[in-house]
Amino acid sequence: MIDLKRVRTFGLIAGGTLSFVAAIGMVESFNERTLINPGITMGLLLILGIAAVFGYIVAAGKPNPLVETARDSRSGGIAGGLTGAIAGVVTSLFVLFVDTFDVSEFFPNMREPLVEAMTFELGVPVGLLVLTAVVTATAAAGGAFHGMSDSFRAGMSRALGWVVAFALFELVVSEILDFADPLVDLIYAPRGGLQPWAAVIIGALAWWLSTRYKGRGEAFTERVKDSEAGSRLRRSVILFGVAAVIILPMIVGGVVNELLITSGLFILMGLGLNIVVGLAGLLDLGYVAFFAVGAYGTAILTSPSSPAFAPGLSWWIALPIVMVLAAIAGLFVGTPVIRMRGDYLAIVTLGFGEIVRILLLSDWLTPIFGGAQGITRIPGIPVPGAGTISGTDPQLFIYFTFMFVLLAAYISYRAQNSRIGRSWAAMREDEDVAEAIGISTVQAKLLAFVTGAVIASFAGALFSAKVGTVFTNSFDVLVSIIILVVVIVGGMGSIRGVVVGALVLIGILGGPKSPGLLAEFSEFKLLIYGALLVYMMLKRPEGLLPSVRRSRELHGEDLTQDAWLDKGGDFTGDSAEEEATT
Amino acid sequence: MALLQINQLTKAFGGVQALGGVDFHIDEGTIVSVIGPNGAGKTSFFNVISGLFPPDSGEILFDGDNLAHHQPNEITRRGIARTFQNVRLFPNLTVLENVMVGQHCRTKEGMWGTILQTKAQREEEKRIEENAKEVLSFFGSRLAGYRYDQPAFVLSYANRRRLEIARAMATEPRLLLLDEPTAGMNPRETVELTELIGELRDERGLTVVVIEHDMKVVEHVSDRVVVLDHGVKIAEGDYESVSTNDDVIEAYLGRPAEAG
Ligand SMILES: Nc1ncnc2c1ncn2[C@@H]1O[C@H](COP(=O)(O)OP(=O)(O)OP(=O)(O)O)[C@@H](O)[C@H]1O
Ligand SMILES: [Mg+2]
Repeated sequence: MIDLKRVRTFGLIAGGTLSFVAAIGMVESFNERTLINPGITMGLLLILGIAAVFGYIVAAGKPNPLVETARDSRSGGIAGGLTGAIAGVVTSLFVLFVDTFDVSEFFPNMREPLVEAMTFELGVPVGLLVLTAVVTATAAAGGAFHGMSDSFRAGMSRALGWVVAFALFELVVSEILDFADPLVDLIYAPRGGLQPWAAVIIGALAWWLSTRYKGRGEAFTERVKDSEAGSRLRRSVILFGVAAVIILPMIVGGVVNELLITSGLFILMGLGLNIVVGLAGLLDLGYVAFFAVGAYGTAILTSPSSPAFAPGLSWWIALPIVMVLAAIAGLFVGTPVIRMRGDYLAIVTLGFGEIVRILLLSDWLTPIFGGAQGITRIPGIPVPGAGTISGTDPQLFIYFTFMFVLLAAYISYRAQNSRIGRSWAAMREDEDVAEAIGISTVQAKLLAFVTGAVIASFAGALFSAKVGTVFTNSFDVLVSIIILVVVIVGGMGSIRGVVVGALVLIGILGGPKSPGLLAEFSEFKLLIYGALLVYMMLKRPEGLLPSVRRSRELHGEDLTQDAWLDKGGDFTGDSAEEEATT
Repeated sequence: MALLQINQLTKAFGGVQALGGVDFHIDEGTIVSVIGPNGAGKTSFFNVISGLFPPDSGEILFDGDNLAHHQPNEITRRGIARTFQNVRLFPNLTVLENVMVGQHCRTKEGMWGTILQTKAQREEEKRIEENAKEVLSFFGSRLAGYRYDQPAFVLSYANRRRLEIARAMATEPRLLLLDEPTAGMNPRETVELTELIGELRDERGLTVVVIEHDMKVVEHVSDRVVVLDHGVKIAEGDYESVSTNDDVIEAYLGRPAEAG
């Protein structure tokens, strides 16, 4: 059964989405990157991806947890194809419009290059037919995919995923495989992009692996998670992770290390903010202020050209002083807002963040902080026997970043599973009751603010030593917002979530000032962040890798008694009968 | 001397005089029931004692110290714990965590101990967990075993009430304030809980003030009964004398003379 209304709605939405990404110039700029040589560019992938996803969504039908949706690849394919046809026609009409009327005065991207990109440089009548056909076919494939057997779906998605990953992360892959230079030259085309045969081999390999080791991954995770049997296994997994982290920077080159450092700084800040927002439930929108305290503190204490006061300390001596300064700043911000809740707290902290930036810029404090000139000539981190290490040696600097990320993750982990973490959790759930059962919420809040501030100051201190200069524009509101996005997308209260969130958002898409691994995204990253936030709020408010508590909170109904009994909880005493009576 | 001695306690919400000069006392190791019609000010009485709202005037002498205008956490630390009429657990914390949180004010390890994993901190964590389990064992197997790791929101209504009592007990109070502990329970559960309230006094040596609508429970557990109406105490004494008191009967049945 094909739900025609759904086909129509989603066809129009898909057409609108395609026209939108074309109109903002995304397709054109994504076309700069070749994924599979020749011809398959990231722009094409974007078009195909949108078509396939909408085909799939239409075929999947409206999710109904009570009824198992019938899966049938033929009707799925037809529904997807119809959706794609509508989308293709809508998009073609849009391209035709751009081709006919000149609106580039208002929409600078709506010009000839857009038409060329969308018609695969085939010109208007032919190209539009090709576009419609391609979109229809892809959406049909997406729809049919929904009806395929599970093993086909698993194999296909692994294969596509691996090929796309190899193509997108060409830089990383070729740096890791640097020792096998001829191999790299073999699988990648000279001007970028996978060779077609390499793509086929990678896809086939991924497919084969997915069938060969089906279910083994899950079984392994289960075993690692198992508290008793898994403890040795867990240790080896951690050891392996640490080893990988130590070796990776040596293999990959400067660019990737640079990206890892930037992501690392955001992981640090994300972990700090996660304590404040995720664990203690205090929405702090001015978190960048503590990063600024760390960065400026380090700059003043270590730089010989700090304007007012230049003790020229070593980074290692400056660090504890900066931590204390950040802690004081945490108290300073925390104390006045202690009685505020929710939205009020968010607004006031937002204001605090801006006040810090504006004060740093002000004439009054320019003699100390250098105003718009900032503070320059900040030395790196001195290491006995290796000179000073700064951002010019990303391959070495990254180890400091790792060290502090590890420290912050450790602090978060310990705090979370302790008396303090429980008091934060209680406060987040119900502040009045937390107070009524003997938790001083004033203390708990201040502790969260101070811990978060100190962790941000690590990031600030590293940032100063890495970049060598600090300017106020590194500390605007956008940074606070982006850290918050990292925490929300990754999963509030979840350490893994923050790490993955920062790597994806900052490492791949790009941070507030710097482009990520896929530089084409940096122009659109705010749009993507926004879209991601909306999507997350609607579909997955607990984040990509949620903490246990959060997912309980947001999907409470999923966790029923039966689920717990299935886990083998020992059913003691008369509780069974009690369930019957209540 | 009474463990809790309250003199002339008043509290108004806007125009409503929730408490109009209440005198109250309870001796250590006894159970006093507070009864009264809906809106009599019983819950407000607890809210003021536990510091959720500051009193307008009056004294709250606990063990000789005036606790009026103290922070709720301070009052709990001094030894007064409470439950809420509309059960207020931490729904997403597990059963065990809900009780462990109650130990907060009896433990002290801070950030440094936590980060450094000192011996004292690890021992304290262990002690918190043991104490929490001990408190939960008060309810037999109802909140034990596999229930430890269940989030509180999956519990049945009666178990939520029990868990809330357990959380209050975990704060190691001397005085326990229970706000309608049997509301919503079936007769069997009510009987069981009534027994337990008696045990709180007899075996755990606690002093208990209980707000209760179920007269059978009141009759069974109370050493003394206090009746509130319109924020004032209209009667007190043993169950016999109070239940036959004309003012009390009138308060429950309505007062046609004053209604206009
Ligand atoms: N926070 C508040 N704000 C305004 N009015 C309140 C507040 N709390 C209680 N009141 C009012 O004070 C009066 C006493 O309420 P209270 O809840 O103490 O009664 P109660 O004896 O506990 O009644 P019930 O048996 O229904 O629980 C009521 O008129 C109520 O509306
Ligand atoms: Mg009440």
